[in-house]
Amino acid sequence: MKRLIFLLPAGLFAALMAAFVGGLGHDPSIRDSALIGKPVPRFDLAGFRPADLGLKSTDLHGQPVLVNVFASWCVACRSEHAMLLYLKREGVVIYGLDWKDQPADGAKWLSDMGDPYQLVGNDVSGRTGIDFGVTGVPETFLIDRRGKVRYKQVGPISSEDWNNHLKPLMDKLRAEP
Amino acid sequence: MIAEIGHYALVLALVLGVIQALVPLIGAAREDLGLMVVGRRTAQLQLGFTLLAFGSLATCYGLKDFSVALVANHSNSAQPLIYRLAATWGSHEGSMLLWVLILALCAGGVASFNGDIRETLRARVLAIQGMIATAFLAFLLFTSNPFARLSPAPLDGKELNPILQDPGLIFHPPILYLGYVGFSVAFAFAMAALIEGRADAAWARWLRPWVLGAWIFLTFGITLGSKWAYYTLGWGGWWFWDPVENASLMPWLLGTALLHSALVLERRGALISWTILLSILTFSFSLIGTFLVRSGVLTSVHAFAVDPMRGTYILLIIGLMTGTALGLYAWRAPGLRTGALFGAVSREGAVILNNIFLLTVALVVFLGTFYPIFIEVLNGQSISVGAPYYYKTFVPLSLPLLVLVVVGLQANWKRDTLKALGLRLVWPAIIAAITLILAAAVLGLDKIMAPIGFALGLWLVAGSSLVLLRRWRPLEGSLALVWTRVRLTPIAVYGVVLAHAGLGITTIGVTGVSCFQSNKVVRMVPGQSVVMGKRIITLDSFEPVKGPNYEAAQARFSVVRPGQMRTLVSERRTYPSSRSQTTQAAIASEVFGNFYVSIGEANPDGAIIVRLWDHPLVGWIWAGGFCMAIGGAAAFGQRRPRSNGPRTA
Repeated sequence: MKRLIFLLPAGLFAALMAAFVGGLGHDPSIRDSALIGKPVPRFDLAGFRPADLGLKSTDLHGQPVLVNVFASWCVACRSEHAMLLYLKREGVVIYGLDWKDQPADGAKWLSDMGDPYQLVGNDVSGRTGIDFGVTGVPETFLIDRRGKVRYKQVGPISSEDWNNHLKPLMDKLRAEP
Repeated sequence: MIAEIGHYALVLALVLGVIQALVPLIGAAREDLGLMVVGRRTAQLQLGFTLLAFGSLATCYGLKDFSVALVANHSNSAQPLIYRLAATWGSHEGSMLLWVLILALCAGGVASFNGDIRETLRARVLAIQGMIATAFLAFLLFTSNPFARLSPAPLDGKELNPILQDPGLIFHPPILYLGYVGFSVAFAFAMAALIEGRADAAWARWLRPWVLGAWIFLTFGITLGSKWAYYTLGWGGWWFWDPVENASLMPWLLGTALLHSALVLERRGALISWTILLSILTFSFSLIGTFLVRSGVLTSVHAFAVDPMRGTYILLIIGLMTGTALGLYAWRAPGLRTGALFGAVSREGAVILNNIFLLTVALVVFLGTFYPIFIEVLNGQSISVGAPYYYKTFVPLSLPLLVLVVVGLQANWKRDTLKALGLRLVWPAIIAAITLILAAAVLGLDKIMAPIGFALGLWLVAGSSLVLLRRWRPLEGSLALVWTRVRLTPIAVYGVVLAHAGLGITTIGVTGVSCFQSNKVVRMVPGQSVVMGKRIITLDSFEPVKGPNYEAAQARFSVVRPGQMRTLVSERRTYPSSRSQTTQAAIASEVFGNFYVSIGEANPDGAIIVRLWDHPLVGWIWAGGFCMAIGGAAAFGQRRPRSNGPRTA
């Protein structure tokens, strides 16, 4: 029994190394694409400011849009924010999904940093995020006019990401009937 | 030519490392003094050659030898000399070379000092250090050669990442590395003890200065890093729960636990196998820290995938070293002599409880850090689980730990009673209770963390100071007698008090800034004023300026407060050769808080976005950190044997 306790650190470490090696073997270019080509999950979220209309799945029909998952506690979102504001000026419609965040914090975030979103939904419990397959923030989904997910961007959108992946696809989707 | 000398010196150091790893081990097994001394000589020679290699690389940077790939990739001729030299450790290869250099410094130290150590123990410690050095020198030479040449040589190099061109870079990494790598000595001592099947108070006495030294540097390095992040990252945060920061926090937490358990072992001969386990874990976590901070990982985990060889090699090193150590531990530790007995209520007991909390907190940080890292490895993107996780886990676990610190300081060795201990803690408890009640009355109950934080901070400061009062007993005996007691107080006691009070100061600072910071984002044109709290801030001018290798938009503000006026200058720098930008925040530092201004993009209409932050007590965070480091340094004073009379344990 006593010996087992002394074995415990070695055992835990072996399990950890197995996880590391597993992680190392993965090809980072393969993205999680379970939702690609499928309709967005159904959701109906409240906003967090008095004038907010909230965000629901049916809002995403009609034109290609971005759904940006963010949170006020997320450092990477802070760096992404300027890009979102720029995209808004370029005329891109962005909907915000404030993930696992308190309404007051979300409202403060947008009033401090500027509001790039057409509509925002506050996903306090994180339930909608899970339906979307969100693994962390920030993440951005490109939704076509029929409400299907066409692309998933993990991490902040850099200008390369925008120019090389999101913009060409967005232009293509705009041209689609 | 210089680069080739450096390269050759590294190869020689590797060969010496192999000898150092094997010969003294055989010598110790055969008790052959001649073979054991080989370990000492090879360690000293290896230090010489590693120094030569490091010096060669620094010279290449100094002489702008852009035919060396590393120099061409991390410096250009416009960069000031001091940043070209600091760029020596500003890249992956260079920082690994620095790592190896400090490793050699530690081995050279064990070989040359540690006077009365058993020669068999020293030989085994040096052999383990030789193995670590061999592994990392091989890593350096085979996967990350810092001396690789470029042909044809470019006329000018690429610039060092501008965010690294800061005085912080000159000091921060070497100091942090001294901390990380210093724990390799603890690891080597633990392995040697397991091989010998023997660890006792004397073992802990030889070990403890190394642990203390590493801990001091790590504390100092983390504090500097936090301060650096505060003024260069441009939005006034002092801790981001970033994987790289956590990588230094985890060995710090474990190293703190190790420092205290080694003290118990030295004084009381208890906690033998626990101290050995902590020695292994602390260095393993330092290795994981290196693994994360290797510059490739720092900017993006992508670099990991680009060069899977490096990642695999590092994982192999960590796996082999930690795996072997923990395996050896599982095999040998049960056979180690169990230590002296002590009561549950005693300083030993309090240290164990503190250790358990420290270990738990370290594990919590580990889980928080590695969940997103796994995601990063899978997706190649940066994602954060975020501060809410740490707020829910780290904070509640830290609160009882901070309470316990004072209990441990005031508990007697071997056995104590709850009643006597309680009586001793009455004064700090009263001070903390009054703070709690007063602060709660003033601030209200909705900000309950603030009164708790301030009360804990004062509890720590008062509880630490009590150590001095108990020693001086100012109300007992004549003034002359009290003065004698004050005079005879060893400097180490002041160190202990300062280090623990420093933790309280940091706690107060963290509480102040977390609960009371406020910020404001405004659009300003030159001449415009805004009001924030009691301050009136005016944008005096906004114009371009030129630096040595950058162009900047410089905003000058005057900040007026009743009875005071200050000018603050914030810049947004653009480095043309690397087309990147940095923000230099303007900070007015005062005892009770900082006022922080940073500017954003300029609009075409001439207005700029200005962020204003009020950070109450933020400076206390670093002041506390420096107190801890200085206190640790003063604790070295304990080790000087007293000149009069024999030493009593």
